[in-house]
Order: sequence, then structure tokens, then C-alpha cells
Amino acid sequence: MGELQPEGATEPTQEVDESASRRDFIAKVGSAVFGGVVLAGIGLAQRGATDVLATGVASATDGPAPPFHIATQASEDVLIKMQRELSRALAKTMDQRRWGMVIDTRKCIGCSACTVGCVMENKLPPGVVYRPVLQTEVGTYPDVTRKFIPRPCMHCDNPPCVPVCPVGATGKRSDGIVYIDYDRCIGCRYCITACPYQARTFDFGGKWTDGAAGGSDGALALESGREYQDPPNFEYGESWTRPRDGVLAGTAPHSPIGNARKCHFCAHRLAEGMLPMCVSTCVGRATFFGDLNDPESLVSELAAGANATRLKEDMGTEPKVYYLA
Amino acid sequence: MKRAILWTLWICIAVVGGIGIVERLISGHDLAGYTSYVPWGLWVATYIYFIGLSAGAFLLSSMVYVFKVRRLERIAKLSLFVAVITLVMALLTILFDIGHMERFFFVYIHPQFHSMMAWMVWLYTAYFLLLLGEMYFALRRDVVAAATDGGSGHRVVSFLARGRTKPLSTAEVERDDRALRVLGTIGVPLAIAFHGGVGALFGTVAARVVWHSPIYPILFLTGALVSGGALMTFVVAFLWPRRDRDWRELIVYLGRIVLGLVLLDVLLEWAEYSIPLWYGVGSEVEQLKNMLFGSYWYVFWIFHVAMGVIIPVYLLVRYRGPRVIGVASALVAASYLAVRLNLVIPGLVTPELKGLETAYLSDRLSYTYLPTLFEWQVVIGVAALGTALFYLGYRHLPLVRESGTGIGGIAS
Repeated sequence: MGELQPEGATEPTQEVDESASRRDFIAKVGSAVFGGVVLAGIGLAQRGATDVLATGVASATDGPAPPFHIATQASEDVLIKMQRELSRALAKTMDQRRWGMVIDTRKCIGCSACTVGCVMENKLPPGVVYRPVLQTEVGTYPDVTRKFIPRPCMHCDNPPCVPVCPVGATGKRSDGIVYIDYDRCIGCRYCITACPYQARTFDFGGKWTDGAAGGSDGALALESGREYQDPPNFEYGESWTRPRDGVLAGTAPHSPIGNARKCHFCAHRLAEGMLPMCVSTCVGRATFFGDLNDPESLVSELAAGANATRLKEDMGTEPKVYYLA
Repeated sequence: MKRAILWTLWICIAVVGGIGIVERLISGHDLAGYTSYVPWGLWVATYIYFIGLSAGAFLLSSMVYVFKVRRLERIAKLSLFVAVITLVMALLTILFDIGHMERFFFVYIHPQFHSMMAWMVWLYTAYFLLLLGEMYFALRRDVVAAATDGGSGHRVVSFLARGRTKPLSTAEVERDDRALRVLGTIGVPLAIAFHGGVGALFGTVAARVVWHSPIYPILFLTGALVSGGALMTFVVAFLWPRRDRDWRELIVYLGRIVLGLVLLDVLLEWAEYSIPLWYGVGSEVEQLKNMLFGSYWYVFWIFHVAMGVIIPVYLLVRYRGPRVIGVASALVAASYLAVRLNLVIPGLVTPELKGLETAYLSDRLSYTYLPTLFEWQVVIGVAALGTALFYLGYRHLPLVRESGTGIGGIAS
């Protein structure tokens, strides 16, 4: 990933190429989402999209032409705004920023692009999920509403999952991110029981290639499954692979297998100046991310609104994920 | 003939259980039925069950070493030994339950003492060492005596006596008794702390409304006394070598204790369920109703209420025969696993957030849990191992020896 441009330098370019960059950007995000759905081709599309995100600069010649027309808008895309805020927050020291998320449930259409984007980004195995979208139905026909609540980790300021860990494998960073140290976690699952949002799941060691198609296409199915599955993910800035079964796979599995896992606000992406994957892939721009310590940031502004709520507020966990209703 | 049947039975469970343990070592948690939403299952329930047996048996031995209850004196050593074996079984079960068995020692090198679980492990370790110390001082006099007069366990006791043939002097016996009293006195609060602590491990979790109750640690303690006391009564009723009048009286006495403890436990259980359920309002109601009347209703009503309370209470009230008391106690001890399952599982089976159950579908994101055959196999394997260890000790250590008698054992 390239160096972050100083803010001043990005402004003029954006003014000039604004409509082109947005169109271009959306096309790429769109292709990233599509790539996520088909479990293929994500690497290139995503790299293109995130380059744009990281630098805040895009040229009209960069990438394929958009497949659909988007009318030019006077206001700036929130992703660009959040991207700029991210650069500003990253210029501070870690303890000076406090990452938070705001999810506008009125804008959420329940497409699960965030869930899928997250699964792709973190190469989550079957049964592990960081950001499911809860869907509930309210009322009876003809007065029915469907409600969608994406549920990432709340990154509580008073996280109930942290003090229960017997070995200190989970904790809160100075920027507020609640992390799991995969090399320390013993897999006792106490933290999983302690989370009131059930945001932690256990990695049982499942593989997408388990039970892959048989017959004449079996080998091909297995091969393409492995193409997705074998490359590493980069949670917490390290490289994690899922090796094929070894003799000790059951006794001393290869982390993160055998560990508790959860959303980390894409800490590895933040470190590279990129927004969390779920924010990037949100089709409806319903997920906002930024520095709650920055009074000028979008998230600070939205979280202070009268319609901002948090889940299970009465538990005193002080979540850093807000919902707009 | 009876021996042959018992041996065949043991070999069967050892093979079935052994396969389960080997599978656990090779395939990890793959074959287990618990999920990310019901993250604790049979193994955790079995672990608290075994640990309860250990604490209960230990507290029974403390009645002798600390509180000087003479009537229980002859079974004090055996109780200590049962406490050791069931502790080993508990620790093995929980070892199989964790995701990274190779990292278990992290709890010693990176302990976090705000975690109830870290406290558990440290207290168990202290308890284990204390048990070994007590075993040493309780058995020393008999080991030396047994080494000199031969018998079925001769080689083992001779080795343990390390060549000593002179019986312990009165002064030495008194010194050992003093050591036992000191260790026992430390052990009583320790046993209360670690087993009450296991209850607190659950009780402190605010996210789980069924667990999050101050009665949990208390329930764990009475549970330990009930199940451990019942197990010892069963063991003494069926395995005690000398069926004399004293033994008969001892069994009746133990039977009374078990009866009293079962009834006390019922009282606390009434509090546990009636308080949150009474008005049918509150967040626990659904989960408790699910436990009492849901698809696993039989765990509570058949295994616990019928087999663990009604039948044993009837037998204990009605009959005085050692065998009947032994059977009643065996029922109480064995069925107590149902109570342990109902302490762990029901608190986990409803979604913490509405809609989670359908948000992202996977076998591992399910709120229904039924232990798989594999999970039972591992438990059976641990039980087979525990039985074998108990048998070896019973055969080769002077656990049931009383002054002036030979080494007891199945052979005699």
C-alpha cells in the first residue's frame, strides 16, 4: 500500500476528478462485493478499490469503466469523507484516537454485503462470523416491517469478555479495539459465554472444502476451493494460514483454529490506512466508521444524535458501536 | 464369574472410551456437537460433576481429620483417594475441552487473576498438592505396616516404604496426625473456595441471566457434598472388605447424611427455579421453562427428579439394608450429572440477541445442542481411566486397612 498523501495534496485532485472518482470507486466496490459473493477474483478488485480508499485519489483511467450510470451529486461521498478522517486520526498517536462505528438501520437493506466482505477479508471458515446481519420481522400482514441489525463486535469500553480470560489473551488496545491474541488463547471459550452480544465465535477448524463436490468435477471443485482457502489472512497484521490436516491438528491446532475469534474493526486494514471491509462494502452507505475522539468526525456527529442508541445499554458495557433508528 | 463380568465391562468401556480419546487427539473438536452459541457442553458439565465429586469426598475426609468425627474415621483415607482420582478425571476432561491443549500451562505463566477461571486452576493446583500431602501423612503408618506384613499389594507398599520396616512410633503417628489436621484445616476453606469458585465462574457472567445468580456458588457446594457423599456411600457399601456390624452402622449413618443433603439440595433448587419463574416475567423465564418443559425435559424430570431425588429418598427413608442404601446413593451420585448439565446448558440455549439464530447459518451457529456419541466416548474414556486408577490404588495401597487387620482388597 502506498504512502498516505498529505491532506492538502489530495484536495485539488478530488475536486477535479470528483465525479469520475466516485463512479470509479463505486464500480470497484461493487466488483469487490460481487467478487465476495462468488468467492473468486476478490484480490484484484479489492486491491484496486482500497488503493483508491487509502490515497483518496483516483484517476479516470484507473480500472474498468463503470457498468452503470451514477448521477453526479453535489455532496461528497461519505466514504471519501471517512477516508480523510481516517488519515487525520492515523496521524495521531494510538491512545489519542478511539475507533467507533455508527450503523444507520434505516439505510440498511439487509444485503449482507458487509458480512460477506468481512468473511472474504478475514478468510473466515464455516461457522465463524464477525458481522452477521440480524433480521427480524415486526407486525402482521399487511403492516409488516423487516428490521436489519448488522452486529459487529461492539468494542465495548467496559468489555465483559476481557476480564474473564484466564491467560490475558484478549484485551483492549489504547485506541479502544478489543483484540484477541491468537498465539496466547487456549480456547477455553469463557469469553464466548461472557459476551452479551455473542460477537465471539469459536474456530472449530472447519474448511470450505469439507464435503466439496464429488464426481467428475470433484477435483476441480476442491482445487478452486483451495485457491480461496489456502492463502493467508492478515488479521492483526500477521499472516495466518490454515494448513491441511497434520498429525497434531487435533491436539495442537494451527491458530486461529481452536481459538475464539471476533471482529477487530479490521485493525490490520486501519494500520494501512484503509477503512474496515464492512464499511467499504456497505452498498447503502449505512455503516460509518471513524475516530470518536475527533469532534469533527462523522461518527462523533452521528453518535451524538438523539436517534443514536446502543445495544443492551443497561448492561454498562459502553459499546462503541451506535445504531441510528 | 462376577469378576469376569466386571472385567469384560471395564474392557468394553475402555475400548469405546479409548477410541473417543484418540479421536479427540487426532481430530480436535470436529466431532463435538457444541457450537459457538452453545460453547460449553457435556465436557464442561462432566468436569464440574467430577470436580464436585472430588470436593465432596474431600470434605467427608475432613470430617475426620479436622472435625474429628470418629464414626467416619475408617473411610477417611479412601475418601482422600477418591478425591484425588476424581480430581484427575475432572482435570483431564477439561483439558480435552480446551481448543489448545498444548497451551494449558499458559494459565501458570500468564495468569490473569481477575478471571475466575485462572483462580480455578491455581486453586486446583494447590488442592492437588494438598491432597498428595494428606495422602502421604494419612497412609504412611499403614504403608510401613503393610510393607512388613506382606499381602496382595506388597511390592507397591514396599517401594513406597523405601525400605523402612520399623513401624511408626506413637510420636511419629501423632506428628502425622497433626500434619493432617493442619493440611485438612487449610483444605476445608480451599475446597469451599475452589468449588464455590467453580459456581462463581458461571455466576459472575452477567451476560447469562440464568447463571448470573448469587445462589450458583452455593448450589455448587451443596452439589459437591451431595454427589461426593453419595459416591463415597456407594463405594463403601459395595467395596468395603469387612462387612461387620460397624460397617453396617457406618452405611446407615452415611445414608442419613446423603438423605439430609439431598433434601437440602432440593430446597436450594426450589429457590433457584421458583424465584425467577414465579410471576412468569423476566429474562430467565424462557430459558428455565425450556429446561423444565422443553425438548430435554427428561434430563430434569427423569434423570434428576425421579432417579436422583424421589427414588433415592424413598429408598433411604424406607430401608436400612446396606445394599439398598448403596444403590440409592449410587443413583444420587450418578444422576447428579443431570443437575450439572442443567446448570451449564440451559443458560446458553436462547439467543442473546433476537435474530441471531437465523442471521448466519451454520451447524456451529446453532442454539440446539445434544452431546454427540464422540463426546460421550471421551467422557466414558476418562471414567474408564478413573476406574482403573481407583482399582489400582484400592488393590495396592492400604486405603481400607485398619490397625490390626490385613490389607483389604477385592481379592480378600
